This record gives sequence, structure tokens and C-alpha cells, in this order.
Amino acid sequence: MPKPANFDKLTPSQKLDARIEAWRDAEGIQFASKEVEKAYKERVQLLIDVVRLKKPARVPVSVSTGFIPFEYAGYTCKDAMYDYEKLDKSMMKFHADFLPDVAAPAALYGPGSAFELMDYKLYRWPGHGVPENTSYQCAEAEYMKPHEYEYLLRDPSDYFLRYYLPRIFGALESLSSLPPLTDLLELPFVGPTIMAFGRPDVQESLKKLMEAGKISLDWFPKCLEIDAKLKSELGLPAFQGAFSKAPMDCVGDTMRGTRAILLDKFRKPNEIIEASERFVPLMIDMGVRNSPWGGPPTVFFPLHKGADTFMSGNDFKKFYWPSLKATMLGLINEGLIPYMFVEGSYNQRLDIITDPDIPAGFCIWYFDQTDMKEVRKKLKGYACFGGNFPSSPLKTATVDEIKERTKKLIDDCAGDGGYFIGNGAVLDEASTENLHAFIDTAKEYGVYK
Amino acid sequence: MSKELIDAVIEMREEDAIKIAENLLNSGAEPLSLLDDCRTALGVIGDRFAAGECFVPELILAGEMLRQIGDMVKPRIASSGNAPEKKLGKIVMGTVEGDIHDIAKDIVTFMLEINGFDVMDLGVDVPAAKFVEAVKEFKPQVVGLSGFLTLAYDPMKNTVQALKDAGLRDSVKIMIGGGQMDDQIAAYAKADAYGKDAMAAVQLSKKWVGEQ
Repeated sequence: MPKPANFDKLTPSQKLDARIEAWRDAEGIQFASKEVEKAYKERVQLLIDVVRLKKPARVPVSVSTGFIPFEYAGYTCKDAMYDYEKLDKSMMKFHADFLPDVAAPAALYGPGSAFELMDYKLYRWPGHGVPENTSYQCAEAEYMKPHEYEYLLRDPSDYFLRYYLPRIFGALESLSSLPPLTDLLELPFVGPTIMAFGRPDVQESLKKLMEAGKISLDWFPKCLEIDAKLKSELGLPAFQGAFSKAPMDCVGDTMRGTRAILLDKFRKPNEIIEASERFVPLMIDMGVRNSPWGGPPTVFFPLHKGADTFMSGNDFKKFYWPSLKATMLGLINEGLIPYMFVEGSYNQRLDIITDPDIPAGFCIWYFDQTDMKEVRKKLKGYACFGGNFPSSPLKTATVDEIKERTKKLIDDCAGDGGYFIGNGAVLDEASTENLHAFIDTAKEYGVYK
Repeated sequence: MSKELIDAVIEMREEDAIKIAENLLNSGAEPLSLLDDCRTALGVIGDRFAAGECFVPELILAGEMLRQIGDMVKPRIASSGNAPEKKLGKIVMGTVEGDIHDIAKDIVTFMLEINGFDVMDLGVDVPAAKFVEAVKEFKPQVVGLSGFLTLAYDPMKNTVQALKDAGLRDSVKIMIGGGQMDDQIAAYAKADAYGKDAMAAVQLSKKWVGEQ
């Protein structure tokens, strides 16, 4: 189904309907067989049902997937980031053998060689600062200095170009010497402004950026191809359409860093709030722009700094929630469903996130460690929810324990629908038998009678 | 004792706390008494944290205030020649191999120090052999293994095993903590206990050195 010509004039609800129909349509997917097509469409229907807070045929099973496919397929985490053939083989093998109801995106890992070329300092990745069989990790630091809030507020793109990027990419260090490109207003300003681009160090930076761009241009279609095969050969839909971030996380995760942003709460409270507000339109735009027509109408948010341990409920209401809520509403307005992945726990936030301004059936809450009985009490009939199956038993428990825990989670949560089951934290490793037991038990026990 | 200083620290008034500390020192207050006041305040903050009334940012800011006041006080203590205070016990802390997360580990180290422990912090991405070496040299009663990722499960287990292989396992109690850790992983790694946060680490350590 093509995008309706009058899409922009539709209400948020009509926009969502149109997006959901396009997703259900599966136009353009060349299924390997009628059976695969049927399986794909059944899975999409399960997901649509739960998002719409209806009772699906059975509880859909999602595995929040980190580096587990590579360990499982006998490769390393490093392979996932550098070797597209191994990425392909691992993703296909993992999904074919376990058959969850949702496919993980292939583009979450690489391209490692582009990161190397750019001298990416913000992360350490397998073989590059952490062991080859360890996932990538953020190397936190104050990439944005405490006095720079005002520069960010004045012009975020300029701040990124001339301050932030030169710090997170060693290869782009020379960009710190550029003038602001907003100087390019009249003829006499052009020469002096573009002059910097003639300097050897800046040209070297741009060359590296171009080379890294080429690597990415080779890598990304390969990832899309894997995603397409997961649909057409295995019948597994994606459930994450686009990505976005909570505005305070934009500032806190990779710019100021955890320690600094938590201190800024005392030292620079207004600046945090203003900077978060500045990110709202940017994060709405990122979600809308990257939402594929015909794909799942969801925008995935990994949520970090608002977790229970990081602040009080009052501080959450003051610092974290207003800009996040504004971002969610901006996406909802475009017929998109914010898909909120709560890392850590939100036991103290459930009354806040069930905000009456956010319409029912317009978001997904996916939990890591939050108490699911409470979640169900607060969210049923209001928002689709899932998650919470812990990582530790998947690694260490017996198959029987896994079966019992899976059944108990379904008993606690499934109710009349609006629920999908999933593991809590992004999964990097698990015992094969246990992961099978989790997925298979959930599929069998999760059938609604 | 300065109630004014204690209150400023407890109430997270950083600028006030620093100013009050400066004034106290300038007016001839006993330097060590300032640190005692900070410790008193930190005790209250720790209790509030355990009770869910304050959170990680408060612990970090309290640490910052203590560091700044400590920097002011230290030169004056050195010259007054006080004997070092008695410690409750020794602890080796570190984030296990392959994991570079430090925030939780730093908070645990800080709270252990505040509560009277002598802590050797090995940093992040610490190989098992380095823990073994540190235990041999420092002779702690307790070892704390931190890890944020599920990929820390096996390094935790390997670290405990390495201590056992070196014949050191029975000389220490081992606690683990961090994002995806729990009692099940403590059992898997053959550690002695899992602690859910910094105050739990303090309680476990006190119990193990016979202070509670």
C-alpha cells in the first residue's frame, strides 16, 4: 500500500492506521514460499494485535539481541563488526534455529573498519580496546565540557561539527579549526570562510571521512539485504522501525557522560533542561525521517538516565520526562509508536509514564528489570508492554527452571493481550538449550485459549 | 563538630559546604574534625540511599564535596603529624576483564572507604591474574568484582577460579555486583554473595570482617 497522498492531512490515529496497513501489506517482499509468507503475516498480525492492545492468537516472542548470534554461530563479536559474510551467516543461523517472532536488525554492529579509519574514540569495540569476544562499550568522558552548554544551545549542528565530532573522531580533529558555516551569508564572506577547507589537515580529515563513507556505503546495503532475507526466507518481521533517543540521554550518555550529567543536575540544572528541550525537535525528526514506509511503525528508544537509581521521581518529572514526553508526542502526531526500552528499572516511574496526555494504544514499553505485575496493573489497556525475562537464568539455570519462569511471566502478564514476552537486557550470551526452552515454552504456553 | 557543614553536605549544597569548610579551617578548626563531619554526613546520605530516599547523583556529589574538602584538609593533617586511623579491613575492588564500566565500581569503592575500609581499586577491564597478584600483595579480607554486562558473567567465574587455583580462595570473601548481576550469577561464579548496590557492599564487607 503506497503512502496516501493526503497523509499529512490525516489525524495521528489515521496516520497510524495507514502505516499499520502498509506494514501488514508486506508489499515488495519476495517470499521464498507461500508458507513463509503466511508465517510472516501471522507474526505481523500478532505484533499489530498487541500494539493495538488486543488479544493476539498467542503471545509474540521477542529476543532483544546483542552479540549472541555470533557466539552461537561460532564466530567472535569482532567478526560481526568487520566481516559481512560472517554477519550474514550468524544472523541467518541464529534466527533460523531459534525462530523468535521478531528479527533483530543487522545494522547494529558495524562497520568496524570505518570506526577504525575515523579513529572513533567514543567506543571501545571487540579487538579495539576490549577483547575480540566482548561487545562494544561506551568509553565515557566529558566530550562536551561543562561550559559548553551555551554553544550547544546556540546551534547544535555547529557545536557537533566544530566541537563534538573533532573530539569523538580523532580523524576529524582538524574540524575544530573551521569557522561556523553560518558565516556564509554574502559574497565577501565566502572566501575567508571556506579558506580553512584548503588546509592540508582539514583535507586529510575530509578524505578519511570520504573513505569511511565508502565503507559504510558498502556495509549498509549488506545489512538491509540480511534484514530482507530474515523476512523473505524465515518469515520474521522487524519490530523496530526507526531509532531515537530521550533528549536528556542525548546530552547525558555520549556528550557529558553519566558522571558529569548527574553532577550537572546540581550544578547546571537549567542547562540540562534547556539542552534537552533543544534536542526534542531533532529527536522527533530523526524518528520520523528514518521510519520506513511499509515497515513497523515504531521508533525505538533505549532509555538510560531516567532509571530508578539515577534520580528521584520528582527529578524524573523535572529533568527527564518533559522533553521525552514532547518527543513521544511529536512522533505520535506522525502516526508513529514510540517503543520505549527501559534499561535498569522503572518501578518508581509507572505512575508518571502512564501520562494522560499520551493516548492509549500509542506506545510500547519494554522493560529490563521492572516488576511486571505492577507494570501490568498500571499499563494494561493503556500501552503494549513486554520484556523482563532476566539474563542470568538464560546463562546459568536448568531447562526446567527456564520453562517454569517463562510460564510464570506469562501468567503474570499475558491477561487479555497487549503483551509480548521478551528478555530484559540486550542478550550477548545464553545457553543454547535455555534460549530454546524460553522461546519454545513461550510460543506453546502463550497461546490464548 | 560543625552542624552547619554536616547539613550543607547532607542537603547537597556544594558551594555552601566548601565555603563553610574553608571558613572553619581559616578560623582554626581541627582539620580532622572536618573529615569526621563529612563522614557523619555521608552516613546519613548512605542510609537515605539504602532507604530509596536519595540516589546515585547524590552519592556522586557527596563524593565530590568530600574530595574537595579532603584536598583542603590534607596538607594541614600531614603537618600536624596525626597517626593514621585504624581501618576496618582491606578490600580489593575491580571491574572484571572485558568490561570497562567504572561508575558503579567507583561508587562502591568510595562508600567502602567512607565506611572505614582500606580499598585497593584495580580499575576496569582487570584480568584475573591481576586480581590474584593484588590479593597476594595486599592481603585483603574481601574482593569485590564489578561488571555491567552479561559478558562479565564468565570473567567473574574465571576470576574466582583463578583465586582458587592460586590457593587464595579461602583467604577472602568475594562479592559481585553490577547491572545484570544477581544471586544466581554469584552462585554461578562461585562468589560468596551478590550485593545490589554500594550500601549492600558495605554491609557485606562489615559482616565479613566481623564488624556486625
